[in-house]
Amino acid sequence: MAAPLVSIRGLSVDFDDGRRAARAVDGVDADIAAGEAVGLVGESGSGKSVTWLAALGLLPNRARVSGEVRIGGMNLIGAERRVLEGVRGKRIAMIFQDPSSCLNPVHRIGRQVTEALRLHRGMDGRAAEAEALRLFDQVGIADAKRRLSDYPHQLSGGLNQRVMIAIALAGQPELLIADEPTTALDATIQAQILLLLSRIRRETGMAMVLISHDLGVVAENVDRVCVMYAGRIVEQAPGEALFDTPHHPYTQGLLAALPTLTGPRRRLAAIPGSVPEPWNLPVGCRFAPRCPAAEERCRHEAPPRRVIAPAHQAACHFDVAGQSVWPAQEAAE
Amino acid sequence: MLAFALSRLARAAITILFVVTFAFIVLRLSGDPALLIMSVDAPPEAIEAFRKAWGLDRPIWEQYLAYAWHALTGDFGKSMRDGRPAIDLVLERLPATLAITLPALALKLGIGIPAGIYAALHRNSLADRLTMMVSVAGFTMPSFVLALVLVLIFGVTLGWLPASGADSVWHAVLPIVTLGTAGAAIMARFTRSAMLEVLGQPYIRAASAKGLAWWLVVAKHALPNAAIPTVTIIGFMVGSLVAGAVIVESVFAWPGIGRLLVSAVANRDLAVVQALLMVIAAWMVLANLCVDLAYGWLDPRVRSGAR
Ligand SMILES: Nc1ncnc2c1ncn2[C@@H]1O[C@H](COP(=O)(O)OP(=O)(O)OP(=O)(O)O)[C@@H](O)[C@H]1O
Ligand SMILES: [Mg+2]
Repeated sequence: MAAPLVSIRGLSVDFDDGRRAARAVDGVDADIAAGEAVGLVGESGSGKSVTWLAALGLLPNRARVSGEVRIGGMNLIGAERRVLEGVRGKRIAMIFQDPSSCLNPVHRIGRQVTEALRLHRGMDGRAAEAEALRLFDQVGIADAKRRLSDYPHQLSGGLNQRVMIAIALAGQPELLIADEPTTALDATIQAQILLLLSRIRRETGMAMVLISHDLGVVAENVDRVCVMYAGRIVEQAPGEALFDTPHHPYTQGLLAALPTLTGPRRRLAAIPGSVPEPWNLPVGCRFAPRCPAAEERCRHEAPPRRVIAPAHQAACHFDVAGQSVWPAQEAAE
Repeated sequence: MLAFALSRLARAAITILFVVTFAFIVLRLSGDPALLIMSVDAPPEAIEAFRKAWGLDRPIWEQYLAYAWHALTGDFGKSMRDGRPAIDLVLERLPATLAITLPALALKLGIGIPAGIYAALHRNSLADRLTMMVSVAGFTMPSFVLALVLVLIFGVTLGWLPASGADSVWHAVLPIVTLGTAGAAIMARFTRSAMLEVLGQPYIRAASAKGLAWWLVVAKHALPNAAIPTVTIIGFMVGSLVAGAVIVESVFAWPGIGRLLVSAVANRDLAVVQALLMVIAAWMVLANLCVDLAYGWLDPRVRSGAR
């Protein structure tokens, strides 16, 4: 297998505010191949955003980051600011959850796009404007010419996210991190943005990490899924394998909570309990307190990562072999 | 933008009219000017004559209309003390006041803003804490205390600078420093918190994620946004430039508007007090108008009436 585009090894992030130490990300390993689409799922607070913010050096100074994030032989963790600035937007771009507050309210959106074009492609004046128009077309912004001189508050959330995507594309990155790009948007707009991202990925061949707390959103749009819980990746597998034979009880729980379009309608069962706070993590398996199959061992020993099939790994003491540990759901009446 | 500017202009005009009316009412409520100026035991005929001369015998609304019309055309009548036009007395003092308050403003902005920006960019550093400590001291100290301390140190003990009067450029130094210190402290605190607020916004992280160098993120995405709230406080400082010098002018015997106000009030020189109030109010309204226009220029959301 060719060397991955981005390779993360032992990435950990601690937030230490002097009163308590909090480990938000704990020894994450992951590879992203060129052109690949990877989903990163987990409930709120599991460390998905922090993982990639750490990779790009975008966390506040008090965050202590260790481990390695390599792109093209270069380690980004602890790298100089200049090195990071050269990677951000140029090799790895990132878009965020709330597009309307990610655009600067006092600048015209056209200018915010051409700013990236000047930075990454050395374009100015007419050339930059022409390219901005092309990008707006590419991300499906109608009436692009007029939109260039609009301010963010004049646009809907969906349009603003398209602008953010256009800005991300300006640097022609090899990898786009889309951090819950549709969470703040209406359902129909959500679907449009996801379609747009898939189309752009096909057109440009860039790799993408799609972060979401919704397995359903991720499943349809990626090749491979990483499931994250309390700062660790607990299972990763190709999309189909994950759906057909989920090995980690947490993944099984997330799947059980998904509404199905085909099968009989089931009652949605969210996993009882909540993600532990990063300053109060259980020893052993972090999911043990919420896991119906947990035994004594789970509460003491962190489970090793087990290889189930090529490209399918799960971190659980038990080999549940695709059998759900959760009580069967009754059909809704 | 034009509609926006016009609406702000109309607002400024209404405010001026309001101030004119208010000054009239307050001054009339504070007592019969004839009695105040002539003293109570003057002969009744003299008081009557004074009333007639100043139009005080006519109905109050007529007095108001005449006064308002004259006030709006800059005519406040003659000083009741020395008979010269009141507005002339005021305007000839204005340069002296501006001679200390404008350099003081430059000091406030020139020290306060950079210090605030620096402190925000190096939050919780030693420099930040030091700046904030100095600024607390700067704005909690009343200006007359600071004035006296400065006079004591530089005027009396060291003998480097004159302590009062207005005979040379050096006489302006201590009043300027006194006026500038508290303002610089306030400006530093305000700029710092405006910057911190902006630096915590998602678009700052997004701008960094684009690959912009940090100084560009600060220059293009933080400073213009932080300028919006800062303009309010600058407008307030500019607005109070003229009125704010009363105490300092008195302490340093500086012959500006502030001293004139003190003596006009003491002498019950109605025309001069009214002219002073109008000049001070007009100045404030003008400063406010500038702030409003600056808002529209800095913040597209204000300009388009959204918000
Ligand atoms: N700047 C910060 N300072 C302190 N703690 C932080 C900071 N940023 C994140 N955390 C903590 O790190 C943990 C992981 O946060 P993260 O934002 O990565 O979660 P997430 O998986 O992206 O969740 P969501 O779906 O809500 O975005 C959370 O418990 C959060 O409180
Ligand atoms: Mg997140």
